Amino acid sequence: MSVADLTFLALLLPFLGAIVAPLLTRILGHNAAWVLALVPVAIFLHFTGFSAEIARGEVVTGGYAWVPSFQVRFSWLIDGLSLTFMLLISGIGALIVLYSGGYLKGHPHQGRFFSFLLMFMGSMLGLVASDSFLMLFVFWELTSITSFLLIGFDHQREAARRAALQALVVTGGGGLFLLAGLIILWNMTGINQFSLLTAFAPQVKASPLYLAALVLVLGGAFTKSAQFPFHFWLPNAMEAPTPVSAYLHSATMVKAGVYLLMRLYPVLGGTPAWQIILPVFGATTLIIGALLAVRQTDLKLMLAYTTVSSLGLLVLLTGFGAPYAIEAAALYLLAHSLFKGALFMVAGCIDHETGTRDVTRLGGLRFAMPLTFAIALASAASMGGLPPFFGFLAKEEVYTALSAFDGRAIIFAVLAVVGNALMFAAAFAVALKPFIGKRIETPKAAHEAPVLLWLGPAVLALKGLAVALLSGTVHELITSPMASAIAGEARVVTISLAPHIGVPAALSTLTVLLGIGVYLRLARLRAAIAAALAAIGWGPDRGFDQAMRGLVRLSSAVTRRLQTGRLDIYMTATFTLLAVVLIVPPFLYGELARAPVFPQDIPLHELAIMAIAVIGLVAVVLAQDRLTAIVSLGIQGFSVAVIFLLYGAPDLAFTQFMIETLAVVILALVMTRLRLSPSDHRPLRENLPDAAIALACGLGATLFLIKVTEAPFDTGLSDFFNQYSKTIAHGANVVNVIIVDFRGTDTLGEIAVVMIAALAILSLVRLRAGSLRRIADNDPDAEEASR
Amino acid sequence: MEPVFALLTGIFLTIAIYLMMSKFIIRMLMGVAILGNAVNLLIFTSGRIMREVPPVIGPGLDVPAGPVANPLPQALILTAIVISFSFFAFLLVLSWRAYSTLGTDNTDEMRVAEPDGAPPPPLGY
Repeated sequence: MSVADLTFLALLLPFLGAIVAPLLTRILGHNAAWVLALVPVAIFLHFTGFSAEIARGEVVTGGYAWVPSFQVRFSWLIDGLSLTFMLLISGIGALIVLYSGGYLKGHPHQGRFFSFLLMFMGSMLGLVASDSFLMLFVFWELTSITSFLLIGFDHQREAARRAALQALVVTGGGGLFLLAGLIILWNMTGINQFSLLTAFAPQVKASPLYLAALVLVLGGAFTKSAQFPFHFWLPNAMEAPTPVSAYLHSATMVKAGVYLLMRLYPVLGGTPAWQIILPVFGATTLIIGALLAVRQTDLKLMLAYTTVSSLGLLVLLTGFGAPYAIEAAALYLLAHSLFKGALFMVAGCIDHETGTRDVTRLGGLRFAMPLTFAIALASAASMGGLPPFFGFLAKEEVYTALSAFDGRAIIFAVLAVVGNALMFAAAFAVALKPFIGKRIETPKAAHEAPVLLWLGPAVLALKGLAVALLSGTVHELITSPMASAIAGEARVVTISLAPHIGVPAALSTLTVLLGIGVYLRLARLRAAIAAALAAIGWGPDRGFDQAMRGLVRLSSAVTRRLQTGRLDIYMTATFTLLAVVLIVPPFLYGELARAPVFPQDIPLHELAIMAIAVIGLVAVVLAQDRLTAIVSLGIQGFSVAVIFLLYGAPDLAFTQFMIETLAVVILALVMTRLRLSPSDHRPLRENLPDAAIALACGLGATLFLIKVTEAPFDTGLSDFFNQYSKTIAHGANVVNVIIVDFRGTDTLGEIAVVMIAALAILSLVRLRAGSLRRIADNDPDAEEASR
Repeated sequence: MEPVFALLTGIFLTIAIYLMMSKFIIRMLMGVAILGNAVNLLIFTSGRIMREVPPVIGPGLDVPAGPVANPLPQALILTAIVISFSFFAFLLVLSWRAYSTLGTDNTDEMRVAEPDGAPPPPLGY
């Protein structure tokens, strides 16, 4: 197998795993996690094999033709950016699979959960691997769908269903913006692969459609990465089981938007629009997310809002455009995935072992859960930017980028310090508060979490330390290639734990001091923010509810307007349209029939039979009693039969005679039972519009038919049948031969229709009148009661 | 001859549509029956009209001697007559059932499936 085939297999593997997961879980129970974790491990190992090439600055592409007629390929692009994401997705993915094995132990639908989780992993891998636009879009929407399934996993609770739907509507809708943006880029350049698009960057930036493409792409990225004002779905997604929150809603999926921005940075980035929109939205999200985080008391919600805040910081850095900003974004993204994934899993451990996630009802767990405490502290230190953890390096680089000291940078540096200080406080509120102080009684007696639960966060926390200590190797293998891939030019990341004095260090110290201050006054700040929010009283989350209700009401109103439930309105609409279609186009296009030539020598008997038919028709309309109506209906039918007879169609005439006779007999039988008057009891003013529409239809049909018959007639088919019905099918009556031989299958279908109609009639006749009456009363319970 | 037939078809169609727009099922039924005839005449006319020569091949011949009426529309109409009759019969029994169950022949009053003043759709999740 070639490397390309293996890569394709690696992209496919999670989906294969998703298929076998339920069965495996049925056999092995929660221990299936150990087996299923091999899937991400195998993927991790496969992609690690590329790291040497990537570190040398090479790019690996490959793929297959997908829709050749549109030049669409199923193709992947492995560079420093996508490789980092792939390793994060598969590496953290393996830990999450193990963690879910412990977290959902004994859950009746654990197999289904594994299946959803692996499907998400496959979608996310495909997303970051995509070189082709359409492949990216397909996997983008697949992550939205799998995220919907995972958030709504606990589908018996309304809150979970609402959160799932909300995430799907926001991120899936954003995906449509993205699609539009990508199609504009495709139209602009004729290129639909990211690896080839970079060369067209000047052309894209000069295009008048640049701003439209940018705004549409940002619509996709900002919804996925929960930027204000689309941030509200992310905290609600905490309704999902904790492994999902740790994986999708901190480490991977929510970074897809940031990934997209980084992927398109060489093409769309660096323009004034980019450097205004991104930092403004990013900074707003950073501050709002951090403020809302300290306001919460639920561990997961605090973490969720700090994730929103971190995503804001990443967007801010991606858009900032100063030296080191891209490097800082790459470092912070990596650091955040490690510490936030670990902290979510710690929150899950606490919840799992004590039965509560409310930080005000937790305390003194340090002796009961020492290992969890250590992991939590290490992760929080990384999140707070304390040495010797990786978060410290990231934060130093962030402040290096923001300390350029022009007017713009000062504003954003101040905002970043405030946001980071709030996040520092939130981090220790999650990681320190539950463990110190007096022991508070919890719903469950707390004890240390089992190995499946602490393994994942422990590995991530240790990595956060190891990556910082071995920063040289990490920069060479991961961060430098990643920053180079984002920037579209060679970048070298150099920051290490070696002490350095300067503005960044000062800002870091300021952040920590401010953070400690906030932590000590957390309760007061929480109350102040809660009061402010109560004063505002409205947020995008409520707006979502209002929009959804409005949508349902609107569609209900439109449906009621269009589908009144009154048959005569439907009929009037249909026939009005028919009249318009028959009459208007010929007038518009000047295709009216020429003056028709009525033959002068029509024999009297032919005229007479036509006159009788018309008289029959008029009599049906005017009939005042049943018998007249039925007989008149028969008259017009028999007249048609005679017309067929006179014009060379004896077969039709015979059939028509039979059918008309039958129709009249059956109609007479039924109408005597119905005891209905055939005449119309409506007043004239209601009948007149109907008559006008009917007349217009009739007139249109006449003009249409005259126009048709004016054209020369193609006798090809008729000649064929005349020529061959004797020689091939051995029948003298051409019409009969067509029916039973040339078009025998049609006739078979016709017989089937007649049979089905007969069966339907039979069942209607034999249906008990009683059961129908209950249907009429629209009361399905009545039948139950009568039994 | 075709313009005369076109006029006749138009008259059939007018009457059929007028009857079908009524609110009373029995009149709609008669409209459906006439509509079948109107459509058959439409097909018949489009295939062009020829007097009195049915498309039948005489004994001892392989092809018809001289021009005959167009066999193709006749074959189509033959099928159509039978289908429209089954349809008519089904509608007839259905209306009889509807009338005996609902006690009305006015389509405005048949509101079992779409009742007037139905409750608004649920607004929850």
